Amino acid sequence: MPLLAAESISKHFGGIAALVGVDLNVEPGEFVGLVGPNGAGKTTLFNCLLGILKPNRGRVFFRGRDLSRMPMHARARLGLGRTFQRLEVFSGMTVRDHFLVADRSRRKKGGLFGDLVGQGTPTRREDARAEAVGELLGLTELLDVPVDSLSLGHARLVELGRAVLTEPKLLMLDEPSSGLDRVETMEMARVLQSVQAERGTAILLVEHDLEMVSLVTSRLYVLEFGEMLATGPTPQVLAHPVVRRAYVGDVA
Amino acid sequence: MSRAVSIWPASADPIGSTKSGLVAAGTAGPGWARGNSKIVNDVVGLIVGGLALGCVYALVATGVVLTYKTSAVFNLALGAQAFTAAAVMYSLRNNLGLPLILSFVVAVLIVGPLLGLGLYVTLFRRLRNVPEAVRLVVALGVLILLPAIVQALWFGKGGNRGSPPALVLEQDKVYAWGPVSIPADQLSTILFTILVVVGLVALFKYTNLGLQMRAVVESPRMVQLAGINADRVSMISWMLSGTIAALGGVLLAPLFLSITPSNYTILLVAAIAAAVFGRLTSLPLTLVGGLALGFLQQALSRYLPSDSVLAQGLRPSLPFVVLFLLLLFWPGLRDRREVTDPLAGVDPPASSIAGTVRASKDTSKVLPLTLGTVVIVALCLLLPGIWMYRITGAIVLSTIFLSFTVLTGMAGQISLCQAAFAGAGAYGAAQLANHFNVPIMVGLLVGGLVGLAVGMLISLPTLGLRGIYLTLATLAFTLMVDQIVFPLEQVGGGPAGLEVPRPYWSGFIDFSDDRAFFLLCVAALAVAALVVWLVRRGTTGRFLDAIRGSETGAASIGINPSRAKITAFALSALIAGVGGVLLSSWQQRTSAGDFGVGNSLLWALVVIILGARTIKGALAGGFLLVLFPELLKAAGIPNPEAWQGVVFGLGTFVFVRHPEGLVDAIGGWYQRHFGRPERTTEEVRRIVTIDLSEPEPPAGNGASSPQAPYTAGVGPLPDTAGAVAGTAGGGSYRYAQAGSGPPQPPSMPAPPSFGGT
Ligand SMILES: Nc1ncnc2c1ncn2[C@@H]1O[C@H](COP(=O)(O)OP(=O)(O)OP(=O)(O)O)[C@@H](O)[C@H]1O
Ligand SMILES: [Mg+2]
Repeated sequence: MPLLAAESISKHFGGIAALVGVDLNVEPGEFVGLVGPNGAGKTTLFNCLLGILKPNRGRVFFRGRDLSRMPMHARARLGLGRTFQRLEVFSGMTVRDHFLVADRSRRKKGGLFGDLVGQGTPTRREDARAEAVGELLGLTELLDVPVDSLSLGHARLVELGRAVLTEPKLLMLDEPSSGLDRVETMEMARVLQSVQAERGTAILLVEHDLEMVSLVTSRLYVLEFGEMLATGPTPQVLAHPVVRRAYVGDVA
Repeated sequence: MSRAVSIWPASADPIGSTKSGLVAAGTAGPGWARGNSKIVNDVVGLIVGGLALGCVYALVATGVVLTYKTSAVFNLALGAQAFTAAAVMYSLRNNLGLPLILSFVVAVLIVGPLLGLGLYVTLFRRLRNVPEAVRLVVALGVLILLPAIVQALWFGKGGNRGSPPALVLEQDKVYAWGPVSIPADQLSTILFTILVVVGLVALFKYTNLGLQMRAVVESPRMVQLAGINADRVSMISWMLSGTIAALGGVLLAPLFLSITPSNYTILLVAAIAAAVFGRLTSLPLTLVGGLALGFLQQALSRYLPSDSVLAQGLRPSLPFVVLFLLLLFWPGLRDRREVTDPLAGVDPPASSIAGTVRASKDTSKVLPLTLGTVVIVALCLLLPGIWMYRITGAIVLSTIFLSFTVLTGMAGQISLCQAAFAGAGAYGAAQLANHFNVPIMVGLLVGGLVGLAVGMLISLPTLGLRGIYLTLATLAFTLMVDQIVFPLEQVGGGPAGLEVPRPYWSGFIDFSDDRAFFLLCVAALAVAALVVWLVRRGTTGRFLDAIRGSETGAASIGINPSRAKITAFALSALIAGVGGVLLSSWQQRTSAGDFGVGNSLLWALVVIILGARTIKGALAGGFLLVLFPELLKAAGIPNPEAWQGVVFGLGTFVFVRHPEGLVDAIGGWYQRHFGRPERTTEEVRRIVTIDLSEPEPPAGNGASSPQAPYTAGVGPLPDTAGAVAGTAGGGSYRYAQAGSGPPQPPSMPAPPSFGGT
């Protein structure tokens, strides 16, 4: 049984058909890529999967459960984590607080009572977990900096760390490398691979950087004008002439 | 003993003081009072009366939509603008005896547009790139400021030289054609409205300016690209809406016996209901909404039995009920994202209120704080009785204001119904004490629970509402409660109010003495402050911080935003409920207006201006609101309540520059000039931004950098630069969404964003 199964998702905005009957599967622990030209509908698909948008047609199953009527936070609790192309960081909060909040959310803390009896202050364990993630992502120096002052690339890393701390079964990343330079992108690729390998997290990666995609993903979906153009093992898909024409734009 | 913190100058005026409902309801044309013709006349009266009232609503609603669409400001001040014009008209015509035409020209054609222009230029023009919540608070401030100025300067007792003038050639004339008779003032209202509508249609259809306005409405960014000056267009639309509102205000005046701000609050809410009916975009729909509301209200005043209290409350409250229902059920309002502007995506993400309103977190040390408090409390006990009484009031009010710290400061919701929570608690406890001899000590608890229940009542249905819509819903709710529920004999004790005892329980507990009661109130405030402090630094507070920063982001890590918001509402209402019981027990009775809409608005304004994020802000608010009027009275200033409104309203001008709150602004200023240097967030931000930048000398601001749209304003390099070393590589983008937000062309309009909380 696939971890995530999206069945014929359709979404339109007024006259624009952003997604037309899209199918997508992710197996547990798999590293899958999703590529497509600008405006292909990749972000829209993510939004439909997490419940930010309601698809006009189609259904999403995750760990065997139908997500259609589930609100966003419940889907997240079930094990869907994601980062955003247009940042959704908690402005005004420090990096450490981002991680702390994610950690507490995963452990289903949040009762008023706990706060009143003084359990609100971060414990040493919580700090340790936040620092571990900070170290993994190279954010150690920035832990106590308000997120608003970070560069775009670093803010993306904060979103990644926040998602990782919720220990998702499936991590959906929307163009994590934009805002990073070459070296940082490769570093990011390494981090993602280690997250996948060590925690067994499945990853669904939207990315324009084909080098990174071919480096980390084992399977690839190609989306164009809201329709799934191709899927299969990454090297073969990338080599396919139709895909090259549609996505890369030049047929060598 | 000095009485309540009675505040809003208008709260004394009964809202239902219309001339027998409306003029049409009373005027049966001469000779048509028999048989069939009576029915015809009835129907005609209904139609004409409803039409006239609806026209006034529609006019002001048009102003609401115009300003909202062209400058993203939801202009609550239009009600005050309408009031001002009506007061000017009255003074010129009735007090100075100027000719009607001249008075009209001054009040509507001069004061109207100038007021709109003045407000835009001095306040709202700068607010394009701030969170929507800030704009809303500023508009609220003006809504309180303008009537206060008018009343403080010359219009203290409202009009007392005859009824307000109608825009007619002959007062009280009734035109009759066959069975149809129309009072002249209603006819003129209808004609004026037709004139305005025709004028607007002509403007939008046939003039270049109208075309530009329509374009700004479609997409401010597109307009900017096309080289149109959106700022000029907004300015003109503010003048236009000011004129239309002034006309509406002048036309409304003769429908009532006197000109009071509260009548104009009703007008404003009715206009908002009509604008919401038009989804804040469609002018035709808005007109229809206004007319329909007028008809409905007229029909109600005709056909509802006029003797039941419920009906009496319901009739004038219809606009609030309609607005509340529209907000809850009108499709297309909930979850409106910025999908209408095709270029919405090109802007950098809007800064959230958390980004701008970053306040300190009450970081005082516990021990000195406790000791200081004990000393001050002991000193207070030595004060003469009347001062201790007043300080007790300030403490009670501060307790109530902590409910804003939870709901507005922590959850980012601007609620205008905190007085309703407090009132619910107070009346609940008082009724129990009076009828069932329940000691007020228990009543304190009950009051809190009643407040909490009312809080649930309002928070559950409004969960889906964001930002401005939630605020409007709370405004409508307060008005409904204030007009329909609180006046009931079984609730607020009718016009006489209720006796409320001091906490006393058969010898065991006795707080009836002022000193003992003072200590009780100090204890209550301390507990409430401790709770707020613990919650804010605990998980709930952090979750709320996260939600304020990004609701989507919070939900994406499994935080349930609804649950967190309900928790905040509940806690806030609980605190307000307990505070309400204490307030009424302090005065030892309740009276009309204690928990009315006037206080609701004023409280919100004062706390937010002083600082809704901090406990200090709530304390400052409580003390200011109780002690300031006493100072004014001691200084022998006539009409202190109006002057108080003027001063607090003027606070808005400070708030525009310091949305984090005055208390924090002063604290920061003190720190900069006299305190030990301590690196503030702002400085850290600058340092980090600079560290990531190319090794160029940091000039005035970073606008010369290639990624200008994403560059935060970088000030002069502080000496501490480099303190945050090793910022892991140089990002090629610099990005910040805090503070003043990314620099943009000064006249770039902000999108009509709905997620500003
Ligand atoms: N909220 C919205 N309202 C209207 N149209 C939208 C909305 N969101 C997306 N679209 C449209 O849907 C289409 C798909 O957009 P989407 O953002 O999903 O593309 P994408 O593949 O993520 O592109 P990119 O690589 O640029 O991020 C585009 O044509 C876009 O304009
Ligand atoms: Mg995208």
